[in-house]
Amino acid sequence: MTNFEINRRKFIVTGASAAGGMMLGFHIPAHAAAIMDEPWMATDGGQEVNAWLVIDPDNTVTIRVGQSEMGEGVFTGMPMLVAEELQCDWANVKAVYADANRNARQKAEPYMVAAGAAKETDGVYQRMSTGGSGAVRRSRIYLAQAGASARERLKQAAANAWGVDRSVVTAENGILSSGGNSGTFGEFAAAASTIQLESEPAIKTPDQYQLLGTSVARLDTPLKVNGAAVYGIDTQVPGMVYAAVEVSPVPGGRLVSYDFDAVKDRPGVMAAYRLGDGGIGTLNFNLEEVANRVTGIQSGVAVIADSYYRALTALQLMPKEWDAGGHGDVSDTSIIEAALEALANPDDPTYNPADSVGDARAVIAASSNVVEATYVTPYLEHACMEPMNCTAHVTADRADIWVSTQNPPRSLSVAAEEAGLPEEKVHVHTAFLGTGFGRRLRQDEVRQATAIAKALGEPVKVIWTREETTRQGKFRPYSTYHFTASTDADGKPEAYWNRIVSHSIFNHQIPQFMQDGIDGQAVEGLDERLPYAFPNKQVDYAIRDSHLPVHWWRSVGASQNAFAIESFIDELAHAAGADPLDFRLSLMPEGSQFRRPLEMAAEEAGWTTDLRRGEGMGIGLAEAFGTVSAQVAYVTVSRRGQLRVESIDVAIDCGHVIHPKLVEMQMESSVVFGLTAALYGEIHIKNGAVVEDNFDQYQMLRINEMPEIRTHFALSGGDKWGGVGEPAVPPVAPAVTNAIFAATGKRIRRLPIRNHDLNA
Amino acid sequence: MAFDLNVNGASYTVDVEPETPLLWVIRDNLGMTGTKYGCGIAKCGACTVHIDGKKVFSCTTKVSAAVGKEITTIEGLSEDNSHPVQIAWIEEDVPQCGYCQSGQIMAAAALLEQHPSPSDLNIDTLMSDNICRCGTYSRIRKAIHRAAEIAQG
Ligand code: FES
Ligand code: FES
Repeated sequence: MTNFEINRRKFIVTGASAAGGMMLGFHIPAHAAAIMDEPWMATDGGQEVNAWLVIDPDNTVTIRVGQSEMGEGVFTGMPMLVAEELQCDWANVKAVYADANRNARQKAEPYMVAAGAAKETDGVYQRMSTGGSGAVRRSRIYLAQAGASARERLKQAAANAWGVDRSVVTAENGILSSGGNSGTFGEFAAAASTIQLESEPAIKTPDQYQLLGTSVARLDTPLKVNGAAVYGIDTQVPGMVYAAVEVSPVPGGRLVSYDFDAVKDRPGVMAAYRLGDGGIGTLNFNLEEVANRVTGIQSGVAVIADSYYRALTALQLMPKEWDAGGHGDVSDTSIIEAALEALANPDDPTYNPADSVGDARAVIAASSNVVEATYVTPYLEHACMEPMNCTAHVTADRADIWVSTQNPPRSLSVAAEEAGLPEEKVHVHTAFLGTGFGRRLRQDEVRQATAIAKALGEPVKVIWTREETTRQGKFRPYSTYHFTASTDADGKPEAYWNRIVSHSIFNHQIPQFMQDGIDGQAVEGLDERLPYAFPNKQVDYAIRDSHLPVHWWRSVGASQNAFAIESFIDELAHAAGADPLDFRLSLMPEGSQFRRPLEMAAEEAGWTTDLRRGEGMGIGLAEAFGTVSAQVAYVTVSRRGQLRVESIDVAIDCGHVIHPKLVEMQMESSVVFGLTAALYGEIHIKNGAVVEDNFDQYQMLRINEMPEIRTHFALSGGDKWGGVGEPAVPPVAPAVTNAIFAATGKRIRRLPIRNHDLNA
Repeated sequence: MAFDLNVNGASYTVDVEPETPLLWVIRDNLGMTGTKYGCGIAKCGACTVHIDGKKVFSCTTKVSAAVGKEITTIEGLSEDNSHPVQIAWIEEDVPQCGYCQSGQIMAAAALLEQHPSPSDLNIDTLMSDNICRCGTYSRIRKAIHRAAEIAQG
């Protein structure tokens, strides 16, 4: 085929059209170059002072970002952490992605590692994944160190030039000065890059922040109002062809046969490949082989053509036969019934204790005041706005991967493994992400695209349809809960016993993380992390996995556990005839981190139980990723059962805030995400396969259902640095269902809400 | 088959099957990737473009139906982010991941053509075709009201 030259340094395409225009004789748009200008990719020129920053002669500071921009604002927040220390002019700051290939080749400077916590790789960028709400809290120390170190080197360079001591040189807004001397960072950047400091400077404490804590304009916004921001799915590489893929609708099933002859003469169709299972690519779901469970691909088929639509049409028309791999009689009902059966049997031998205080079982057995309830939460799919995709080009000595990824080093190692190349020869070009929510940590699409590209020898863009994206999700597990509590005559709890049976993510894909039979994420917020203290407490956990691949979904275990515990606490309050707010506060131990956010959310919402029928307020509370979020939902339910979530007040204690507006945006985003799931979210399984495939069935919240969301900061400061991307998801569902109970007396114990008739 | 298209004021000829969705022609053949694929079934609005000033889902519009009409994509809304909707979007910090925003902005621009001073009900009705998984809805609402002000000077 055509010879082509990929610009090796920058992920840009100039001149040539998309879709191998020359090869296929398409019209070549004159302005393709203009719209493919990608200012967030690596820059040429300028002086690198350290791996994180480059200073140009005109004083432009380019800051490299190790995390992936998927809406949470890392392209603004991470540069702020560096710039705060560097003391450059924020107006001159540009953000670009850090290079995962460099991270694979170059070790981190020892001084950076010494200062930084939580490194994930030995590489120069240390931590390049985006998850666990960790961008700021887990990277801030070494980013601050990078900025501070660069600042002091710049000062030293100026001091050397001016014959003065570094201590009398100041650095402000990108200008170095001392006495009558002054110069820009740009002038001294080259000299600074050669300087070794005797000791590294201390980084600032929060009371010294000038830039951090302000809501500067997001650096990515201008690119996101005119189509200029390029996502993985927008990748255009000269000579590129397209792949449409379909894999076994039943996870772990297999493609028995396909008839490429039936479609191979259609326009533009070039080839078909069997995926896995005797074809190309490392097959997933050999459950004996843990390593393959996460990134391995499913058995299926790819059709290659000169345009995506041609590839997709041929794929859809091509006859295929599937085998369900022994899972053909599984349904969501059968999965959850098995769990409920275990839940109903406290003596089931598969239980392991997750927490134990006193003797809850005995106290409950002896009590005559017992409250019991069972809760169920379903499987969910991430529904990333950008369907899954990956573009790959694999040659004998190099692989290039263009992808919307939450973990570029992981994309790199998966591609290296699949391409059979050393990591140094693999280049991952991270694009903007059309959301991630955890799905884009998995890398199965990277493995699939790498395998196809390797077989093909040409650059190829693999796009999953929305239907394929949903059906081939890596799902938030279902979970089931039983609670029993005994109270004294006044309704004050004496003993608390909680059993949890769920599909475990750790057991499925990281069994080494299991501890004494407990998946710590599956019991998040329910074990010793429970916000409430009981004199006697027992928490037991058992696993009931299914053949579905499960994965982290924004806020992970907390996403569903908060619904269960916050509903049950509400039920206890109701049984005791107590106000749900007072009741919660009464169960919190001295000095509880939950108290202030809860009080603030209640106060700001104007908490009251004195509302007319059809109106209600409800509370939800959770801690996740070091942050407490308390929420009060206010709902109305019409006589005909029409629910409207009117408002949600969110109080958050993440310790410190580096950009208040970004936090507010994350609160709004989290509430919408949590509310969508609470109202509508449910993945059904029929004959072993996922039923939902597109937005007509897997419903999303829309603008006409949007509640008013008010964010309140209940910051405790000090050493607390919590995340903000996820922690406000978990409280939404219980806040709303508790409000529905207050409005209607109807208790929702199984999500989603839409399955319940709220008609009075 | 060859089709002549007018996109953002320029003429193009593409050689594709007549039933090819306009979305894929714009993205793959013309190389304009601002218009996004989200669902392919007219359920998310990510692919919204204007045809003769009216908003349409390009994922369910056949290329053959767009011949002889004026197609506007996000790239053609303004040269320099100067359309009132774009100005308002920047002022109100609407985008998060940004993936849905081309569609949101094209839908909002069409809405303002129809309702220069839109009510919240107009916004609920005409913007509920568009999904935003980042939940930027309240900022979208504010920005549409702001864009109306900007447009009216
Ligand atoms: S892609 Fe056209 S409406 Fe979703
Ligand atoms: S901004 Fe991310 S989907 Fe709307």
